[in-house]
Amino acid sequence: MEETNIVSYRVNHLRQLESEAIYILRETAAQFEKPALLFSGGKDSIVMAHLARKAFHPARIPFPLVHVDTGHNFQETIQYRDDYAADLKAELIVGLVQDSIDKGTAVEEKGVNASRNALQTVTLLETLEEHQFDAALGGGRRDEEKARAKERFFSHRDDFGQWDPKNQRPELWNIFNGRKHHGEHFRVFPLSNWTEMDVWQYIKSENIPLPNLYFAHDREVVHRNGGLLATSEFVQPQEGEKVETLHVRFRTIGDMTCTGAVESDASDMDAIIQEVASARETERGTRADDKRSETAMEDRKKEGYF
Amino acid sequence: MTEEETFSSEGYLDMDLLRFTTAGSVDDGKSTLIGRLLYDSKNTFDDQLAAVEESSKNRGDENVNLALLTDGLRAEREQGITIDVAYRYFATPKRKFIIADTPGHIQYTRNMVTGASTANLAIILVDARHGVIEQTMRHAFIANLLRIRHVVLAVNKMDLVDYEQAAFDKIVTQFKEFASRLDNIVDMTPIPLSALKGDNVVDKSTEMPWYEGPSLLYHLENVYIGTDQNHVEARFPVQWVIRPHSDEHHDFRGYAGRVAGGVFKPGDEVTIEPSGFKSKIKSIEGFDGPQEQTFAPLSSTITLEDDVDLSRGDMIVKSNNPPKKDQEIEAMICWFSEGKQLQPRGKYYLRHTTKEVKAIVQEVRYKVNINTLHKIEDDKSFGLNEIGRVSIRTSSPLLYDSYRRNRTTGSFVLIDQQTNETVAAGMIV
Ligand SMILES: Nc1nc2c(ncn2[C@@H]2O[C@H](COP(=O)(O)OP(=O)(O)OP(=O)(O)O)[C@@H](O)[C@H]2O)c(=O)[nH]1
Ligand SMILES: [Mg+2]
Repeated sequence: MEETNIVSYRVNHLRQLESEAIYILRETAAQFEKPALLFSGGKDSIVMAHLARKAFHPARIPFPLVHVDTGHNFQETIQYRDDYAADLKAELIVGLVQDSIDKGTAVEEKGVNASRNALQTVTLLETLEEHQFDAALGGGRRDEEKARAKERFFSHRDDFGQWDPKNQRPELWNIFNGRKHHGEHFRVFPLSNWTEMDVWQYIKSENIPLPNLYFAHDREVVHRNGGLLATSEFVQPQEGEKVETLHVRFRTIGDMTCTGAVESDASDMDAIIQEVASARETERGTRADDKRSETAMEDRKKEGYF
Repeated sequence: MTEEETFSSEGYLDMDLLRFTTAGSVDDGKSTLIGRLLYDSKNTFDDQLAAVEESSKNRGDENVNLALLTDGLRAEREQGITIDVAYRYFATPKRKFIIADTPGHIQYTRNMVTGASTANLAIILVDARHGVIEQTMRHAFIANLLRIRHVVLAVNKMDLVDYEQAAFDKIVTQFKEFASRLDNIVDMTPIPLSALKGDNVVDKSTEMPWYEGPSLLYHLENVYIGTDQNHVEARFPVQWVIRPHSDEHHDFRGYAGRVAGGVFKPGDEVTIEPSGFKSKIKSIEGFDGPQEQTFAPLSSTITLEDDVDLSRGDMIVKSNNPPKKDQEIEAMICWFSEGKQLQPRGKYYLRHTTKEVKAIVQEVRYKVNINTLHKIEDDKSFGLNEIGRVSIRTSSPLLYDSYRRNRTTGSFVLIDQQTNETVAAGMIV
């Protein structure tokens, strides 16, 4: 029998999470005919793309990147997205919410709090269908939100793209059942077991470059609905709102109309990690889209949201 | 962590990980306990708490209902029960935890098994007023079957029995008598607590001076778990073959997978199963260059000295201690399908590591009576939530170890060929 030295085979939890995520990325490539990796230019999808690169190294990643673009994204995000895809030599497919609106399959919301966030679901499903993708890899994490906390790694969707949270497949050990009928597909979440802190620690330890939006900088903002929104073409100050220049950063990056900024001096990774460690609010606390009702996330997910 | 302390990344990256699951009957207080654990250890966020307070008020609950921290689905909140497993994450300066809060309702046993399949420790809750009931035993039996070796017997709702030692002692005796027949459990720690009031969850209770043991959190932070990885018998199920088709890596052929047991190093003599070809490991590829070794549970890419025929579902093993190779296996299974019973001589897909084969369940050897742990041999019908032993024949050989030796190469699931549903979990004997 070989000598075993348990101490030297200790694997810290971050490497366990990395190994698990890579395993799931490879399972997805193997079990599906046409998977795609949802890539928004946010930190979770950046970590996903990085993991995919590691999983298939030295080959290119065996699936395209898909971005559902609301048209209301930060310029920095779009630039980062294009550069990163080019760096990976990956195919980038962009689904435009505007196209769905023009086609009449999605209807623009009206009013001050109007957001294209909900419309993303329509465009996402249309993009998946147009390209016949049968699995979409997402960067969703269970620690983000209480409905996400319930989701499987391999999350089955019916032929309308809907999630049935009351009737999920059992998912045991490391065995993933990706079998499906024609027209059905899967959402796959390799980062399920990661926390926000894990993501930041990983970005730091792997030296992954991020869009500048994540680091503190000066920006014009307005106070709205208890948070800070960056002003832009899509977020105009309303009557009674004062535009201020504050030192801010973003904890998550999504659509400009619903992603709040936080005041911060954290301008490097270590400072961000300190900030994450002492945060009193969840990162989605800055997302207006989750606050619309108690089960907003579940309701959107049932319809086919990420 | 207090606000003034600075967070240490070194400390964070050097922590042990403990995965635990809750178990026990409906309403015994599992979700409330997890909520309490998160709340009292300051692992909840202000916006989460505000949302829970608001919902509790709207529902007319007397207290802030901490179960709402994990019962996140609309149907769960409406009915006040857990339907599917919720995963929660928290860390103290000592350990990092992944919690699976599972449902107690018998109808959702498959979700309990899902949560328990990856756990190293189970907190089995009992309502101090009701004692050990059938569902407690079912969950304890399943935890044991899955080889969860560490158990906390949480006698909950002590506030409803006036914090009396007699009530606690009685349940501990009851449980021990049953658990003495569960041979995989190596340690069982009973703790009297009140999830609702917070007694003995994070802080030691002042209501139960007769109890001298630790609080639940203290125990979770300090219990010795060791590793459940097998670092002796080398197993590498191949997931995917990496062929770059680029000029730079023209002849590269790497076998990607996650080590399921043992240690692999360049130069090791290996056998490819099921073909039986022999070769040597040429390199272990990493993103940052060649690696000296790889071991369970790392994901890696292996290259070999020889061009052999090798694809997904095959296994690279060390020549000196091969796995079993057979088309006939004996296994304990847990049946999950609501709609369909196990069919006599029924055909299923069987998924085992990275391999999928067709399988026939040849015979039900026996079922287990959860209350008595006796074998039922005269009734072979096998329905929802039943557990028992079967013999299975597969369309091509499986490369396996007993579940006892290796959780990865010893486990499988059965999939219904019509519905594609996962209908059973299996543990090879
Ligand atoms: N008095 C008292 N009530 C408690 C205690 N713990 C939980 N409860 C109550 O028991 C009820 C059920 O609690 P849950 O936490 O939802 O029970 P559960 O075990 O998660 O139930 P399922 O997940 O549906 O199996 C709720 O009304 C709780 O407030 C306790 O320690 N004392
Ligand atoms: Mg519960």
